[in-house]
Amino acid sequence: MKALLIGEYREGKLLDSTNELFGFAAQLGAETAMLLVGSDSALPSYGGTLYLADAAVCGEYNPDLHKQLIVEAVGRENPDCIVLMHSSYGWDLAPRVAAALKSAQVSEVTGIVADGFEVGCCNAKMRRTVKPSTAKAVITIQGGAFPAQAPGGSPQVVKVSGAAGGGLEFLGYEPAEKKGVDLTKAEVIVSAGRGVSKKDNIPLIQALATALKGELGASRPVVDAGWVEHSHQVGTTGQTVSPKLYVACGISGAIQHLAGMKKADFIVAINKDRDAPIGEVADVLVVADVLQFVPALTARIGR
Amino acid sequence: MKVLVCIKQVPDLESRFKPNAEGLWFNETDLAWRMNEYDEYAVEQAVRLREQLGEGAELTVLSIGPDRVVEAIKKALAMGADKAVHVQDPAVAGKDPWQVASIIAAYAKGEGFDIIFTGLQSQDRGSAQVGVSVAEQLGYACSTTLVGFEYDSGTIIAKRELEGGLKGVVKLKTPALVTCQLGLNVPRYPTLPNIMKAKKKEIAQIAVADLLVEEPVAATVSFHAPARKGGGIVLEGALEDLVDRLMGILNEKTAVLR
Repeated sequence: MKALLIGEYREGKLLDSTNELFGFAAQLGAETAMLLVGSDSALPSYGGTLYLADAAVCGEYNPDLHKQLIVEAVGRENPDCIVLMHSSYGWDLAPRVAAALKSAQVSEVTGIVADGFEVGCCNAKMRRTVKPSTAKAVITIQGGAFPAQAPGGSPQVVKVSGAAGGGLEFLGYEPAEKKGVDLTKAEVIVSAGRGVSKKDNIPLIQALATALKGELGASRPVVDAGWVEHSHQVGTTGQTVSPKLYVACGISGAIQHLAGMKKADFIVAINKDRDAPIGEVADVLVVADVLQFVPALTARIGR
Repeated sequence: MKVLVCIKQVPDLESRFKPNAEGLWFNETDLAWRMNEYDEYAVEQAVRLREQLGEGAELTVLSIGPDRVVEAIKKALAMGADKAVHVQDPAVAGKDPWQVASIIAAYAKGEGFDIIFTGLQSQDRGSAQVGVSVAEQLGYACSTTLVGFEYDSGTIIAKRELEGGLKGVVKLKTPALVTCQLGLNVPRYPTLPNIMKAKKKEIAQIAVADLLVEEPVAATVSFHAPARKGGGIVLEGALEDLVDRLMGILNEKTAVLR
C-alpha cells in the first residue's frame, strides 16, 4: 500500500493540517510520498520523498496546474491512493484529480474500516462505508478525524514545475473581517443555532450568556441569516474556541461547527432532537425546546 | 446566453434516518422532501444573473430523481428559472457521484451552456464531487465554495470561502461552472403570482438511460448510525426538573456558577 499525500500551503505557510495526512497514512499502514506546491523555506518535518513545486511560480490556488503536477507525481510513484484534506483546497482539487485518473473519489473520510472507508452523511447523523472499485482512489479526510503526526526528518526534495493553464486566474486573498468579539479568550460561550427559530429570540440566548458572565456565540446558519454578526461565529469559517463551558442552544452540530468548539472543557447542548450530532461531543445533552428551557435556566441562575 | 442550474431534492435533515432494506441508504418512508439548501443559493444566483442579462438569456433548471423531485423543480421555476429538465431516475440514490456528474455532463454537452451553477454539496450525501466532476467532464473552468459572484461580458469574478474567514478572489472565463456556498446571497421566497406563472413553464422529461453511459467507480457497502462515543449524559423530562438537574451538574463539574 502506497499513499501520495498532498500537502497544503497558504499565504506563505505550510498548513498544520498537513500533519493529519501522515496520521491517516499511518493508520492505513501505507508507505508515503508527498507533493506540495509550497516553498523550500517551509518544508514538512518528514523524511520521505517530497515533490515540491514553487508556489511563487505555480500559484497557491491554481487547480488545473496542481492537478497536472499530482497526475505527474502519480505517474512516478504509482500510489494506491492520493490523499488530501477535505478543505477548501482539497474538495476543490480532489474531483479534478479523480477525473484525470479515472479513479474513484471518497470524500471526507472519518475512519478506516475492514471493507472500505467510513464517511459521514445526512448532516453527520449517519455514516456510510464506501469502497472504491478502481485500482487507485482519491481520498479526502475530515479535519480532526486522524491524529496530526509529524514523522520527523528532512525530505528528499524533487523539484517539479509546470505552466499555468485553464480558464482560471487567482487574483489574491481578502482577509477575514476584523473581529468585533474575541471569543477565543471567553471562559463561557452560549451559542445560538438554527433551533432558536428567529432573530427575535436571540436576546433569550444573550440573556443566558450574560447570566453566566459569558459571550454570545453563533452557528453558521444564524450568521448567514443575519441574526447575529459574523464576529460571533464559531466553527471552521469563524473562530475556534476552547472555553471552560460551551452551551449550544438549538445547534444540530454540523462538523464545521464541532471543529470550532469541541475542545471546550465542558459542553452542554440543548436540542429537541435526541439524535442531533452535537450529542456526540456534548457532556450533557438536554432534550428540550430551547425557547422554553433557556429562559427557565436563565431565571434559575439569576435567583 | 444560456445558464444551467443543477438542483437536488433531499430529505428534511431534522428527520430520523433508518437504513433501507438493502442497508445501503436511508428508508424513504415518512420523510419530507425539500430543495438541497446549497442549491437554493445556486438557484438564487442564477436567477440574479438571468435578471442582469435580461432578454436573450435563458435559465434552465435540472434535477435527477423520481417523480417527487418535480416539487423542487417547481420551486426553482417559481424563483425565476425559465424552463426545466427532469432526468427521470428512481434509482439515482444508488449511483455514485461520478455517474451523477456524467448524466448532467451528457445532457449539458449538446446544449452549450455558458455558465453552470451547482451547490457546493448535497446535505444528505455531502461528497462535494458532482459539480467539479461535471466541469471536468465538460472541460469547463471551475471554482468552488463561492460566497461572491459577479459577471461581466464573459468574465466571472468569484469569491471563494477559505478557512478561518479568509477569502480567495478568482477570475474565470466562461464557459465555467461554479459551486455555491451557504451565505452567497439571500434566496428569495417564491411569490404567489410567480408560483402560478411557474405552472405554465415547460418541464422536459428525459429518461436516465438516454444519458447514462458511465459505470460506477465506487460502491456504498453499508449505511448505518455512527458508533456513539458514550460518556455524555442525556437529560429528558419535565422542564423544571431538567433545569434542576442541569444546575446540579454545572455546580458539580464546572466553576462557572461560583
